[in-house]
Amino acid sequence: MSIIIDDSTKVVVQGITGGQGRFHTERLIEYGTNVVAGVTPGKGGEKVGEINVYDSFDEIPEKPTASIIFVPAPFARDAALEAIEFGLDPVVVITEHIPIHDSLEIVHRASKKNIVVIGPNTPGIISPGKCKMGVMPSHVFCPGTIGLISRSGTLTYEIVDDLSKAGMGQSTAIGLGGDPIVGLNFIDLLVRFERDPDTRGIVLIGEIGGSAEEEAAEFIKGHITKPVIAYIAGRAAPKGKTMGHAGAIISRGTGSARAKIEALSKANVRVAATPGEIPALLAEELA
Amino acid sequence: MKLHEYRAKEIFSQFGIPVPKSIVIDNENEGEAIHKELEFPVALKAQVLVGGRGKAGGIRFAESMNEARRIIPELLGMELKGHAVRQLLIEEKADLIHARELYVGFTVNRKSRSFTCILSSRGGVDIEEVARENPGAIARFDIDPEVGFQQYHARKLSKQIGLAGKKMLKVAAITVKLYDVFRAYDGELAEINPLILTDDGNVIAVDAVLNIDNNALFRHPEFSSEGKTSEEFTDLEKEAREAGLAYVDLPGDIGIIGCGAGLVMASLDILKQFNGEPANFLDVGGGANARNMAKALSIVLKKPDVRSIFINIFGGITKCDEIARGIVDTAPGIPISVRMMGTNEEEGKKILTDNGYHVYENMEDSAKNAVEQAKAYREGL
Repeated sequence: MSIIIDDSTKVVVQGITGGQGRFHTERLIEYGTNVVAGVTPGKGGEKVGEINVYDSFDEIPEKPTASIIFVPAPFARDAALEAIEFGLDPVVVITEHIPIHDSLEIVHRASKKNIVVIGPNTPGIISPGKCKMGVMPSHVFCPGTIGLISRSGTLTYEIVDDLSKAGMGQSTAIGLGGDPIVGLNFIDLLVRFERDPDTRGIVLIGEIGGSAEEEAAEFIKGHITKPVIAYIAGRAAPKGKTMGHAGAIISRGTGSARAKIEALSKANVRVAATPGEIPALLAEELA
Repeated sequence: MKLHEYRAKEIFSQFGIPVPKSIVIDNENEGEAIHKELEFPVALKAQVLVGGRGKAGGIRFAESMNEARRIIPELLGMELKGHAVRQLLIEEKADLIHARELYVGFTVNRKSRSFTCILSSRGGVDIEEVARENPGAIARFDIDPEVGFQQYHARKLSKQIGLAGKKMLKVAAITVKLYDVFRAYDGELAEINPLILTDDGNVIAVDAVLNIDNNALFRHPEFSSEGKTSEEFTDLEKEAREAGLAYVDLPGDIGIIGCGAGLVMASLDILKQFNGEPANFLDVGGGANARNMAKALSIVLKKPDVRSIFINIFGGITKCDEIARGIVDTAPGIPISVRMMGTNEEEGKKILTDNGYHVYENMEDSAKNAVEQAKAYREGL
């Protein structure tokens, strides 16, 4: 098993005719993701490879179940709200630089309709061997029993590569997104991994900014029985500076790596000092 | 981006929030307009985007034109926490004796994933401090963006901070207007601290804070050029922003370039672990090409203290051969420690090794090498 997406997921690509949309649609199909349609308003009737492009969701003959969005930031709110309105679940928002007021409206609408939004500004989600809805390099992932939740893209690939090489494949790996407001938090996914019978261990990759890791630590204490290994990026980051991700900022006294590491340690979660340490720590916990 | 107080006040005023009568000057001569335009006493406020401006001496008061003439050149010449004061906002000083100071603010709340309104009966001081020491003075409300923030929400909050009757209505009305500013300008933060409430029930915004989401500047073209060159940033930070690179200046001597914010932060951490001091944070971004990489290198090389550069690439969308070409094209002239894996790894490694660079597979080894190179340089001096 896996969480959120699997081999029954039927994907529509919103913004399929743009450079990123086109490139990654090919990668998704290569990976075996069932892409049933593309949507770009005004480009209905075109084709991207074998995939038909439509102006809107109503026109798609084979109904998708999930959407991945590559639409440029100024139009992403409209695209995401359309997907949510149409009941697609999950809605994976790859787009970076979406205004925070727009993201907040997207996330709010989705939670009212009980729909999972992943992102914005996320590498996406992958259930290795079954379905990929994201921009991650597929070759580093392999099927297995580790669930991975991360606030970062590249760092995830790095860590997954190490895990795969150490023989620890993944049930599902999810990027939460680098923005201050994103659809899912660690807790939403910890719950799902705890329930998933095929996930044996969990890797949590956090970074400076906000308090999602502290909240996760508090939650793990009472609710998570599976081993969790964490890594927190940004111990050397200064206060008040945005470190690449809009959400990675230590502000008004919250969000430091130290506070997160302390909270996790208190919850008996082992925190790796470097990304390279994670596989060994996880192997110990699983033994 | 943070707006200067006077710009924020202009906007607040357009939305019907009363602000003190004022003028803005950028040289001494313009100060002569005070006695035509304003009544004494006046407040003279340095327009710089740093916190704690008052404590640092950036806000002064004058009872007369003579006093103002003396203060203006002092303020205009001064430097506040590293920022030169180029403009002054001069405004009529509010009467605080027959008044109370309140706080009104709207923020984007990461934890509740909503807009949050905060009202406090204790204004004029740091709201975080009030929250810690006197939480009872504060009323908060998480806003449903589909319902919006209505007068009835605002009335409830102003009642909670102890207001009644006409004063309650007045403060509620101003609070709703501030929400309108916050939404219309894609605010990350909109704040009035203090909001003066006079004994006879008038309100006036004595300070004004408006931080606009940089990602929303396409909706506010009047600020788009400033968003990149705001004085919040150092010169190199501005140059990097213009080039679309995420860059932060740091005090050390080892440059860092990587792809992906998380990986670059991890690179900083590892460097520190080996007792290296990072000179910067630089994320070339996903999908960077040779030109982006060359630009990134040129920015880091502009820092005179940089003795070695640690380049950490895990190619996902980014192609290793593009990065390698960017490095070779730049020929940096100082030791480069490259760690490279992922998409087109073999091509990238070949380009670099053909040009005499060593490529590491492991980021710890590469970081260690960068630290040793910088150390060797220092000891060679």
